[in-house]
Amino acid sequence: MAEIYYLDNNATTRTDPAVIEAMAPYFGEKYFNASSIYSSAQYVRKDIEAAREEAAKFINADPKEVIFTSGGTESDNFAIKGIAYANSDKGRHIITSKIEHPAVLETCRYLEKNGWEITYLNVDKYGMVSPDELKKAIRKDTVLISIMYANNEIGTIEPIEEIGAIAREAGIYFHTDAVQVAGKIPIDVKKLNVDMLSLAAHKFHGPKGIGLFYLKKGVRIHSISQGGHQERSKRSGTENVPAIIGMAKACEIAGEHLKDTAGMAEIKALRDALEKGLLEKIPDIIINGHPEKRIDNTLNVCVKHIEGEAMLIHLDFDGICVSSGSACASGSLEPSHVLLALGLPHEIAHGSIRFSFSKYNTAADVKKVLEVMPGIVEKLRKMSPMWNERDKK
Amino acid sequence: MLQYSEKVIKQFRDMTNNGRIENADGVGKVGNPVCGDVMWIYIKVKDDIITDCKFETFGCVAAIATSSLATELVIGKSVEEALQVSNKRIVDLLGGLPVEKHHCSVLAEDGIKKAIEDYRSRVKK
Repeated sequence: MAEIYYLDNNATTRTDPAVIEAMAPYFGEKYFNASSIYSSAQYVRKDIEAAREEAAKFINADPKEVIFTSGGTESDNFAIKGIAYANSDKGRHIITSKIEHPAVLETCRYLEKNGWEITYLNVDKYGMVSPDELKKAIRKDTVLISIMYANNEIGTIEPIEEIGAIAREAGIYFHTDAVQVAGKIPIDVKKLNVDMLSLAAHKFHGPKGIGLFYLKKGVRIHSISQGGHQERSKRSGTENVPAIIGMAKACEIAGEHLKDTAGMAEIKALRDALEKGLLEKIPDIIINGHPEKRIDNTLNVCVKHIEGEAMLIHLDFDGICVSSGSACASGSLEPSHVLLALGLPHEIAHGSIRFSFSKYNTAADVKKVLEVMPGIVEKLRKMSPMWNERDKK
Repeated sequence: MLQYSEKVIKQFRDMTNNGRIENADGVGKVGNPVCGDVMWIYIKVKDDIITDCKFETFGCVAAIATSSLATELVIGKSVEEALQVSNKRIVDLLGGLPVEKHHCSVLAEDGIKKAIEDYRSRVKK
Protein backbone atom coordinates (compact mmCIF):
# COMPACT_ATOMS: atom_id res chain seq x y z
CA MET A 1 0.00 0.00 0.00
CA ALA A 2 1.16 3.50 -0.78
CA GLU A 3 2.25 5.74 2.06
CA ILE A 4 -0.54 7.26 4.13
CA TYR A 5 -0.37 10.69 5.73
CA TYR A 6 -3.16 10.51 8.27
CA LEU A 7 -4.35 13.95 9.33
CA ASP A 8 -7.94 13.18 10.24
CA ASN A 9 -7.56 12.38 13.93
CA ASN A 10 -10.74 14.24 14.89
CA ALA A 11 -12.60 11.63 12.85
CA THR A 12 -10.84 8.72 14.50
CA THR A 13 -7.39 7.77 15.72
CA ARG A 14 -5.16 4.80 15.24
CA THR A 15 -5.66 2.28 18.04
CA ASP A 16 -2.60 2.13 20.27
CA PRO A 17 -0.92 -1.32 19.99
CA ALA A 18 -0.90 -1.57 23.81
CA VAL A 19 -4.69 -1.16 23.72
CA ILE A 20 -5.07 -3.99 21.22
CA GLU A 21 -2.82 -6.17 23.36
CA ALA A 22 -4.86 -5.44 26.48
CA MET A 23 -8.09 -6.34 24.69
CA ALA A 24 -6.99 -9.59 23.08
CA PRO A 25 -7.54 -11.99 26.05
CA TYR A 26 -11.16 -10.85 26.35
CA PHE A 27 -11.91 -12.12 22.86
CA GLY A 28 -10.23 -15.39 23.85
CA GLU A 29 -9.93 -17.16 27.16
CA LYS A 30 -11.68 -14.40 29.14
CA TYR A 31 -14.91 -14.63 27.18
CA PHE A 32 -17.24 -14.98 30.17
CA ASN A 33 -20.37 -12.97 30.78
CA ALA A 34 -19.51 -10.75 33.73
CA SER A 35 -23.02 -11.21 35.15
CA SER A 36 -22.56 -14.97 35.61
CA ILE A 37 -21.93 -16.21 39.12
CA TYR A 38 -19.12 -18.78 38.73
CA SER A 39 -15.64 -17.67 39.62
CA SER A 40 -14.26 -17.45 36.04
CA ALA A 41 -16.91 -14.88 35.21
CA GLN A 42 -16.35 -13.03 38.46
CA TYR A 43 -12.73 -12.40 37.46
CA VAL A 44 -14.07 -10.65 34.36
CA ARG A 45 -16.42 -8.61 36.58
CA LYS A 46 -13.40 -7.53 38.63
CA ASP A 47 -11.56 -6.51 35.46
CA ILE A 48 -14.52 -4.42 34.33
CA GLU A 49 -14.64 -2.64 37.68
CA ALA A 50 -10.89 -1.99 37.54
CA ALA A 51 -11.43 -0.54 34.06
CA ARG A 52 -14.18 1.67 35.44
CA GLU A 53 -11.78 2.98 38.07
CA GLU A 54 -9.17 3.75 35.42
CA ALA A 55 -11.76 5.56 33.26
CA ALA A 56 -13.06 7.49 36.29
CA LYS A 57 -9.53 8.58 37.19
CA PHE A 58 -9.12 9.96 33.66
CA ILE A 59 -11.89 12.52 34.26
CA ASN A 60 -11.54 12.84 38.07
CA ALA A 61 -14.89 11.17 38.76
CA ASP A 62 -16.06 8.54 41.22
CA PRO A 63 -16.18 5.09 39.53
CA LYS A 64 -19.88 4.88 40.43
CA GLU A 65 -20.43 7.88 38.19
CA VAL A 66 -19.08 6.17 35.07
CA ILE A 67 -21.45 4.38 32.69
CA PHE A 68 -20.07 2.49 29.70
CA THR A 69 -21.88 3.21 26.43
CA SER A 70 -21.24 2.54 22.76
CA GLY A 71 -19.65 5.96 22.22
CA GLY A 72 -20.19 9.68 21.91
CA THR A 73 -23.49 9.57 20.04
CA GLU A 74 -25.12 7.25 22.54
CA SER A 75 -23.80 9.26 25.49
CA ASP A 76 -25.19 12.49 24.00
CA ASN A 77 -28.55 10.85 23.33
CA PHE A 78 -28.56 9.48 26.87
CA ALA A 79 -27.93 12.89 28.43
CA ILE A 80 -30.46 14.84 26.40
CA LYS A 81 -33.36 12.40 26.15
CA GLY A 82 -32.71 10.99 29.60
CA ILE A 83 -32.93 14.41 31.27
CA ALA A 84 -35.81 15.58 29.08
CA TYR A 85 -37.98 12.54 29.85
CA ALA A 86 -37.19 12.41 33.56
CA ASN A 87 -37.76 16.12 34.17
CA SER A 88 -40.68 16.99 31.91
CA ASP A 89 -42.77 17.77 35.00
CA LYS A 90 -40.35 20.61 35.75
CA GLY A 91 -40.17 21.99 32.25
CA ARG A 92 -39.56 21.29 28.60
CA HIS A 93 -36.91 23.83 27.63
CA ILE A 94 -33.33 22.97 26.65
CA ILE A 95 -30.44 25.30 25.78
CA THR A 96 -27.69 24.25 23.41
CA SER A 97 -25.53 25.93 20.74
CA LYS A 98 -25.65 26.12 16.96
CA ILE A 99 -22.26 24.42 16.57
CA GLU A 100 -22.89 21.20 18.49
CA HIS A 101 -22.15 17.80 17.00
CA PRO A 102 -25.12 16.27 15.13
CA ALA A 103 -25.47 13.75 18.00
CA VAL A 104 -26.62 16.68 20.16
CA LEU A 105 -28.31 18.83 17.51
CA GLU A 106 -30.38 16.04 15.97
CA THR A 107 -31.41 14.72 19.39
CA CYS A 108 -32.60 18.23 20.28
CA ARG A 109 -34.49 18.49 16.98
CA TYR A 110 -36.12 15.15 17.70
CA LEU A 111 -37.32 16.45 21.06
CA GLU A 112 -38.46 19.69 19.41
CA LYS A 113 -40.81 17.65 17.22
CA ASN A 114 -42.15 16.01 20.34
CA GLY A 115 -43.13 19.06 22.34
CA TRP A 116 -39.87 20.39 23.80
CA GLU A 117 -38.57 23.89 23.13
CA ILE A 118 -34.91 24.32 22.25
CA THR A 119 -32.79 27.48 22.27
CA TYR A 120 -29.83 27.21 19.90
CA LEU A 121 -27.29 29.81 21.05
CA ASN A 122 -25.31 31.80 18.50
CA VAL A 123 -21.52 31.83 18.59
CA ASP A 124 -19.08 34.60 17.70
CA LYS A 125 -16.78 34.54 14.67
CA TYR A 126 -14.37 32.25 16.52
CA GLY A 127 -17.10 29.81 17.50
CA MET A 128 -17.33 30.89 21.16
CA VAL A 129 -20.57 30.65 23.10
CA SER A 130 -21.23 33.74 25.21
CA PRO A 131 -21.95 33.00 28.89
CA ASP A 132 -23.97 36.24 29.03
CA GLU A 133 -26.21 35.15 26.18
CA LEU A 134 -26.60 31.82 27.86
CA LYS A 135 -27.72 33.52 31.08
CA LYS A 136 -30.33 35.49 29.16
CA ALA A 137 -31.66 32.31 27.53
CA ILE A 138 -32.37 30.61 30.88
CA ARG A 139 -36.08 30.31 31.68
CA LYS A 140 -38.10 28.94 34.57
CA ASP A 141 -38.79 25.78 32.60
CA THR A 142 -35.20 25.20 31.44
CA VAL A 143 -34.16 21.67 32.46
CA LEU A 144 -30.91 21.16 30.58
CA ILE A 145 -27.96 23.05 29.12
CA SER A 146 -25.77 21.10 26.69
CA ILE A 147 -22.65 22.81 25.32
CA MET A 148 -19.69 21.00 23.78
CA TYR A 149 -16.27 21.27 25.42
CA ALA A 150 -14.42 21.73 22.12
CA ASN A 151 -15.75 21.83 18.60
CA ASN A 152 -14.85 18.91 16.34
CA GLU A 153 -14.53 20.95 13.14
CA ILE A 154 -12.70 24.09 14.24
CA GLY A 155 -11.33 23.10 17.65
CA THR A 156 -12.60 26.13 19.59
CA ILE A 157 -12.69 25.45 23.34
CA GLU A 158 -15.86 26.68 25.05
CA PRO A 159 -15.90 28.31 28.52
CA ILE A 160 -17.26 25.16 30.15
CA GLU A 161 -16.26 25.99 33.71
CA GLU A 162 -18.03 29.34 33.53
CA ILE A 163 -21.13 27.85 31.89
CA GLY A 164 -21.11 25.09 34.50
CA ALA A 165 -21.11 27.65 37.30
CA ILE A 166 -24.05 29.48 35.72
CA ALA A 167 -25.98 26.23 35.34
CA ARG A 168 -25.27 25.21 38.91
CA GLU A 169 -26.38 28.55 40.29
CA ALA A 170 -29.61 28.36 38.30
CA GLY A 171 -30.19 24.75 39.39
CA ILE A 172 -30.18 23.45 35.80
CA TYR A 173 -28.53 20.22 34.70
CA PHE A 174 -25.44 20.72 32.54
CA HIS A 175 -24.07 18.27 29.97
CA THR A 176 -20.94 18.66 27.88
CA ASP A 177 -19.86 16.65 24.86
CA ALA A 178 -16.13 16.31 25.56
CA VAL A 179 -15.44 13.85 22.75
CA GLN A 180 -12.86 16.08 21.03
CA VAL A 181 -11.11 17.04 24.26
CA ALA A 182 -10.16 13.63 25.65
CA GLY A 183 -6.42 13.16 25.48
CA LYS A 184 -5.89 16.78 24.42
CA ILE A 185 -6.68 18.65 27.65
CA PRO A 186 -6.93 17.05 31.13
CA ILE A 187 -10.61 16.64 32.02
CA ASP A 188 -11.76 17.30 35.58
CA VAL A 189 -15.52 16.94 35.98
CA LYS A 190 -15.45 18.45 39.46
CA LYS A 191 -13.69 21.60 38.36
CA LEU A 192 -15.92 21.92 35.31
CA ASN A 193 -19.19 21.91 37.29
CA VAL A 194 -20.72 19.40 34.87
CA ASP A 195 -23.47 16.91 35.70
CA MET A 196 -22.92 14.83 32.60
CA LEU A 197 -20.11 14.37 30.10
CA SER A 198 -19.68 12.28 26.93
CA LEU A 199 -16.50 10.58 25.70
CA ALA A 200 -15.64 8.18 22.88
CA ALA A 201 -12.59 5.93 23.16
CA HIS A 202 -11.68 5.88 19.46
CA LYS A 203 -10.84 9.60 19.54
CA PHE A 204 -7.91 8.95 21.87
CA HIS A 205 -6.36 5.78 20.46
CA GLY A 206 -8.91 3.44 22.01
CA PRO A 207 -11.25 1.03 20.22
CA LYS A 208 -14.39 2.05 18.32
CA GLY A 209 -17.86 1.28 19.62
CA ILE A 210 -17.14 2.14 23.24
CA GLY A 211 -17.65 5.35 25.13
CA LEU A 212 -18.17 6.75 28.52
CA PHE A 213 -21.04 8.64 30.03
CA TYR A 214 -20.24 10.51 33.20
CA LEU A 215 -23.36 10.86 35.31
CA LYS A 216 -22.99 12.77 38.54
CA LYS A 217 -24.58 11.21 41.60
CA GLY A 218 -28.14 12.33 42.26
CA VAL A 219 -28.99 13.48 38.71
CA ARG A 220 -32.59 12.65 37.81
CA ILE A 221 -32.38 10.80 34.50
CA HIS A 222 -34.19 8.06 32.57
CA SER A 223 -32.40 4.89 31.52
CA ILE A 224 -31.25 4.80 27.91
CA SER A 225 -32.28 1.15 27.54
CA GLN A 226 -34.46 -1.24 29.46
CA GLY A 227 -33.54 -4.86 30.04
CA GLY A 228 -31.00 -6.32 32.41
CA HIS A 229 -29.47 -4.65 35.41
CA GLN A 230 -26.13 -3.70 33.83
CA GLU A 231 -24.60 -0.28 34.45
CA ARG A 232 -26.81 0.21 37.50
CA SER A 233 -29.86 -0.40 35.27
CA LYS A 234 -29.19 2.86 33.47
CA ARG A 235 -27.79 1.20 30.36
CA SER A 236 -28.79 -2.44 30.11
CA GLY A 237 -27.04 -4.93 27.87
CA THR A 238 -24.20 -7.40 28.30
CA GLU A 239 -20.98 -5.46 28.73
CA ASN A 240 -18.67 -5.13 25.72
CA VAL A 241 -15.78 -6.42 27.79
CA PRO A 242 -12.89 -6.23 25.29
CA ALA A 243 -13.85 -2.66 24.37
CA ILE A 244 -14.22 -1.61 28.02
CA ILE A 245 -10.76 -3.00 28.81
CA GLY A 246 -9.40 -1.29 25.68
CA MET A 247 -10.90 2.07 26.62
CA ALA A 248 -9.44 1.84 30.13
CA LYS A 249 -6.01 1.18 28.64
CA ALA A 250 -6.47 4.14 26.29
CA CYS A 251 -7.41 6.32 29.30
CA GLU A 252 -4.29 5.21 31.14
CA ILE A 253 -2.02 5.92 28.16
CA ALA A 254 -3.72 9.26 27.37
CA GLY A 255 -3.45 10.29 31.03
CA GLU A 256 0.29 9.64 30.94
CA HIS A 257 0.67 11.40 27.60
CA LEU A 258 -1.08 14.49 28.99
CA LYS A 259 1.61 14.71 31.66
CA ASP A 260 4.31 14.49 28.99
CA THR A 261 4.57 18.20 28.20
CA ALA A 262 7.18 17.68 25.49
CA GLY A 263 4.98 15.12 23.72
CA MET A 264 1.94 17.39 23.86
CA ALA A 265 3.97 20.39 22.67
CA GLU A 266 5.14 18.40 19.67
CA ILE A 267 1.58 17.94 18.41
CA LYS A 268 0.95 21.68 18.71
CA ALA A 269 4.25 22.45 16.99
CA LEU A 270 3.31 20.28 14.01
CA ARG A 271 -0.12 21.90 13.74
CA ASP A 272 1.39 25.38 14.01
CA ALA A 273 4.03 24.57 11.40
CA LEU A 274 1.35 23.49 8.96
CA GLU A 275 -0.73 26.59 9.66
CA LYS A 276 2.25 28.87 9.14
CA GLY A 277 3.35 27.03 6.00
CA LEU A 278 -0.09 27.17 4.40
CA LEU A 279 -0.44 30.88 5.15
CA GLU A 280 2.94 31.51 3.55
CA LYS A 281 2.41 29.38 0.47
CA ILE A 282 -1.26 29.88 -0.38
CA PRO A 283 -2.87 33.30 -0.81
CA ASP A 284 -6.48 34.02 0.16
CA ILE A 285 -7.03 31.46 2.87
CA ILE A 286 -8.79 31.83 6.20
CA ILE A 287 -7.91 30.01 9.43
CA ASN A 288 -11.10 29.08 11.29
CA GLY A 289 -11.58 28.73 15.03
CA HIS A 290 -10.23 30.66 17.96
CA PRO A 291 -6.62 31.89 17.58
CA GLU A 292 -5.68 30.75 21.12
CA LYS A 293 -8.56 28.91 22.74
CA ARG A 294 -8.34 26.02 20.32
CA ILE A 295 -7.39 22.38 20.86
CA ASP A 296 -3.76 22.01 19.86
CA ASN A 297 -4.27 19.35 17.19
CA THR A 298 -6.85 21.04 14.97
CA LEU A 299 -6.40 23.24 11.91
CA ASN A 300 -9.42 24.25 9.85
CA VAL A 301 -8.78 26.27 6.72
CA CYS A 302 -11.08 27.83 4.14
CA VAL A 303 -9.46 28.15 0.73
CA LYS A 304 -11.37 30.82 -1.14
CA HIS A 305 -12.84 30.25 -4.61
CA ILE A 306 -12.53 26.46 -4.66
CA GLU A 307 -14.50 23.64 -3.14
CA GLY A 308 -13.38 21.41 -0.29
CA GLU A 309 -14.26 18.00 -1.63
CA ALA A 310 -12.28 18.52 -4.84
CA MET A 311 -9.26 19.45 -2.68
CA LEU A 312 -9.85 16.47 -0.39
CA ILE A 313 -9.86 13.98 -3.28
CA HIS A 314 -6.71 15.51 -4.77
CA LEU A 315 -5.00 15.21 -1.37
CA ASP A 316 -6.20 11.62 -1.26
CA PHE A 317 -4.43 10.94 -4.59
CA ASP A 318 -1.26 11.82 -2.66
CA GLY A 319 -2.15 9.61 0.29
CA ILE A 320 -3.20 12.48 2.57
CA CYS A 321 -6.32 11.85 4.65
CA VAL A 322 -8.30 14.94 5.73
CA SER A 323 -11.91 16.10 6.16
CA SER A 324 -13.93 18.87 4.60
CA GLY A 325 -16.96 20.84 5.74
CA SER A 326 -18.18 21.33 2.19
CA ALA A 327 -21.71 20.36 1.30
CA CYS A 328 -20.42 17.53 -0.86
CA ALA A 329 -18.35 16.06 1.91
CA SER A 330 -21.28 16.17 4.30
CA GLY A 331 -23.60 14.47 1.84
CA SER A 332 -26.07 17.36 1.86
CA LEU A 333 -26.43 20.55 -0.12
CA GLU A 334 -25.53 22.76 2.81
CA PRO A 335 -21.96 23.36 3.89
CA SER A 336 -20.95 22.81 7.52
CA HIS A 337 -23.43 24.24 10.04
CA VAL A 338 -20.44 25.15 12.21
CA LEU A 339 -18.77 27.32 9.57
CA LEU A 340 -22.08 28.99 8.72
CA ALA A 341 -22.63 29.74 12.43
CA LEU A 342 -19.28 31.60 12.44
CA GLY A 343 -20.85 33.95 9.89
CA LEU A 344 -18.88 32.70 6.88
CA PRO A 345 -20.70 33.03 3.56
CA HIS A 346 -21.76 29.78 1.89
CA GLU A 347 -19.27 30.03 -0.96
CA ILE A 348 -16.35 30.31 1.49
CA ALA A 349 -17.67 27.60 3.82
CA HIS A 350 -17.75 25.23 0.81
CA GLY A 351 -13.96 25.55 0.60
CA SER A 352 -13.04 24.17 4.00
CA ILE A 353 -10.43 21.55 4.83
CA ARG A 354 -9.70 20.19 8.31
CA PHE A 355 -6.34 18.80 9.35
CA SER A 356 -6.22 17.10 12.76
CA PHE A 357 -3.10 15.65 14.37
CA SER A 358 -2.27 12.98 16.94
CA LYS A 359 0.79 11.62 18.71
CA TYR A 360 1.46 9.43 15.66
CA ASN A 361 2.06 12.36 13.30
CA THR A 362 5.54 13.52 12.38
CA ALA A 363 7.19 16.38 10.51
CA ALA A 364 6.98 14.22 7.36
CA ASP A 365 3.19 14.64 7.34
CA VAL A 366 3.45 18.42 7.46
CA LYS A 367 6.17 18.41 4.82
CA LYS A 368 4.06 16.31 2.46
CA VAL A 369 1.01 18.57 2.75
CA LEU A 370 3.09 21.69 2.20
CA GLU A 371 4.64 20.04 -0.85
CA VAL A 372 1.42 19.13 -2.63
CA MET A 373 -1.30 21.44 -1.34
CA PRO A 374 -0.19 24.68 -3.08
CA GLY A 375 -0.18 22.90 -6.44
CA ILE A 376 -3.64 21.40 -5.85
CA VAL A 377 -5.06 24.78 -4.90
CA GLU A 378 -3.48 26.42 -7.92
CA LYS A 379 -4.82 23.78 -10.26
CA LEU A 380 -8.37 24.04 -8.91
CA ARG A 381 -8.29 27.83 -8.78
CA LYS A 382 -7.09 28.04 -12.35
CA MET A 383 -10.29 26.36 -13.47
CA SER A 384 -12.60 28.18 -11.06
CA PRO A 385 -14.65 31.03 -12.54
CA MET A 386 -14.88 32.46 -9.01
CA TRP A 387 -11.09 32.77 -8.83
CA ASN A 388 -10.68 34.05 -12.37
CA GLU A 389 -13.34 36.72 -11.83
CA ARG A 390 -12.26 37.71 -8.31
CA ASP A 391 -10.74 41.07 -9.27
CA LYS A 392 -13.57 42.13 -11.52
CA LYS A 393 -16.10 42.68 -8.75
CA MET B 1 -18.67 11.24 2.48
CA LEU B 2 -20.15 10.07 -0.78
CA GLN B 3 -18.98 7.11 -2.74
CA TYR B 4 -17.86 7.82 -6.29
CA SER B 5 -17.45 5.28 -9.05
CA GLU B 6 -13.96 4.65 -10.39
CA LYS B 7 -14.98 6.32 -13.64
CA VAL B 8 -15.93 9.53 -11.83
CA ILE B 9 -12.61 9.60 -10.00
CA LYS B 10 -10.73 8.85 -13.22
CA GLN B 11 -12.56 11.61 -15.12
CA PHE B 12 -11.79 13.99 -12.25
CA ARG B 13 -8.16 12.99 -12.06
CA ASP B 14 -7.49 13.03 -15.80
CA MET B 15 -9.86 15.86 -16.65
CA THR B 16 -9.60 17.44 -20.06
CA ASN B 17 -10.79 20.72 -21.54
CA ASN B 18 -10.52 22.77 -18.38
CA GLY B 19 -9.86 26.46 -18.90
CA ARG B 20 -11.48 29.21 -20.90
CA ILE B 21 -11.71 29.97 -24.60
CA GLU B 22 -10.92 33.57 -25.41
CA ASN B 23 -13.24 34.85 -28.13
CA ALA B 24 -15.66 31.97 -27.64
CA ASP B 25 -18.72 31.88 -29.90
CA GLY B 26 -20.98 31.03 -26.99
CA VAL B 27 -20.72 30.97 -23.21
CA GLY B 28 -23.11 29.21 -20.84
CA LYS B 29 -22.97 30.31 -17.20
CA VAL B 30 -24.93 28.15 -14.77
CA GLY B 31 -24.99 27.40 -11.06
CA ASN B 32 -24.66 29.47 -7.94
CA PRO B 33 -21.68 29.83 -5.59
CA VAL B 34 -24.01 29.65 -2.56
CA CYS B 35 -24.94 26.09 -3.57
CA GLY B 36 -21.29 25.24 -4.09
CA ASP B 37 -21.23 24.78 -7.86
CA VAL B 38 -20.72 27.18 -10.72
CA MET B 39 -20.03 26.05 -14.30
CA TRP B 40 -19.05 28.18 -17.22
CA ILE B 41 -19.03 26.37 -20.55
CA TYR B 42 -17.31 27.90 -23.59
CA ILE B 43 -17.88 26.77 -27.20
CA LYS B 44 -16.23 27.49 -30.50
CA VAL B 45 -18.48 26.82 -33.53
CA LYS B 46 -17.57 26.57 -37.18
CA ASP B 47 -20.05 25.63 -39.92
CA ASP B 48 -22.51 24.56 -37.26
CA ILE B 49 -20.00 22.12 -35.76
CA ILE B 50 -18.65 22.57 -32.22
CA THR B 51 -14.92 22.62 -32.85
CA ASP B 52 -13.84 23.30 -29.27
CA CYS B 53 -15.41 23.31 -25.85
CA LYS B 54 -13.88 24.17 -22.48
CA PHE B 55 -15.13 24.61 -18.96
CA GLU B 56 -14.40 26.52 -15.80
CA THR B 57 -15.98 25.01 -12.71
CA PHE B 58 -16.10 25.91 -9.05
CA GLY B 59 -17.39 22.80 -7.41
CA CYS B 60 -16.98 19.30 -6.12
CA VAL B 61 -15.59 16.19 -7.74
CA ALA B 62 -18.91 15.40 -9.44
CA ALA B 63 -19.30 18.93 -10.78
CA ILE B 64 -15.80 18.89 -12.26
CA ALA B 65 -16.10 15.36 -13.67
CA THR B 66 -19.49 16.03 -15.29
CA SER B 67 -18.39 19.32 -16.83
CA SER B 68 -15.24 17.74 -18.18
CA LEU B 69 -17.14 14.81 -19.69
CA ALA B 70 -19.83 17.08 -21.16
CA THR B 71 -17.19 19.08 -23.03
CA GLU B 72 -15.69 15.87 -24.43
CA LEU B 73 -19.11 14.71 -25.59
CA VAL B 74 -19.99 17.79 -27.61
CA ILE B 75 -16.70 18.46 -29.39
CA GLY B 76 -17.08 17.46 -33.04
CA LYS B 77 -20.86 17.34 -32.85
CA SER B 78 -23.26 19.61 -34.67
CA VAL B 79 -25.05 22.17 -32.54
CA GLU B 80 -28.28 20.23 -32.91
CA GLU B 81 -26.59 16.96 -31.84
CA ALA B 82 -24.98 18.68 -28.87
CA LEU B 83 -28.40 19.74 -27.66
CA GLN B 84 -29.31 16.07 -27.41
CA VAL B 85 -26.58 15.33 -24.81
CA SER B 86 -28.62 14.60 -21.71
CA ASN B 87 -27.66 14.53 -18.08
CA LYS B 88 -28.74 10.89 -18.03
CA ARG B 89 -26.16 10.03 -20.68
CA ILE B 90 -23.49 11.85 -18.67
CA VAL B 91 -24.42 9.93 -15.51
CA ASP B 92 -24.46 6.60 -17.39
CA LEU B 93 -21.05 7.21 -18.95
CA LEU B 94 -19.65 7.99 -15.51
CA GLY B 95 -20.87 4.68 -14.16
CA GLY B 96 -23.50 6.41 -12.03
CA LEU B 97 -23.43 9.29 -9.57
CA PRO B 98 -24.60 9.43 -5.96
CA VAL B 99 -28.23 10.65 -5.89
CA GLU B 100 -27.20 13.88 -4.14
CA LYS B 101 -24.93 14.59 -7.10
CA HIS B 102 -27.39 14.22 -9.96
CA HIS B 103 -27.91 17.98 -9.99
CA CYS B 104 -24.27 18.33 -11.11
CA SER B 105 -25.02 16.39 -14.30
CA VAL B 106 -28.13 18.52 -14.85
CA LEU B 107 -25.93 21.57 -14.46
CA ALA B 108 -23.52 20.25 -17.11
CA GLU B 109 -26.40 19.66 -19.56
CA ASP B 110 -27.78 23.13 -18.83
CA GLY B 111 -24.34 24.67 -19.29
CA ILE B 112 -24.03 23.21 -22.78
CA LYS B 113 -27.57 24.32 -23.68
CA LYS B 114 -26.95 27.83 -22.39
CA ALA B 115 -23.72 28.10 -24.36
CA ILE B 116 -25.55 27.05 -27.54
CA GLU B 117 -28.37 29.47 -26.76
CA ASP B 118 -25.80 32.22 -26.38
CA TYR B 119 -24.16 31.21 -29.67
CA ARG B 120 -27.49 31.25 -31.52
CA SER B 121 -28.45 34.65 -30.14
CA ARG B 122 -25.13 36.05 -31.33
CA VAL B 123 -25.53 34.53 -34.82
CA LYS B 124 -29.00 36.10 -35.20
CA LYS B 125 -27.51 39.55 -34.59
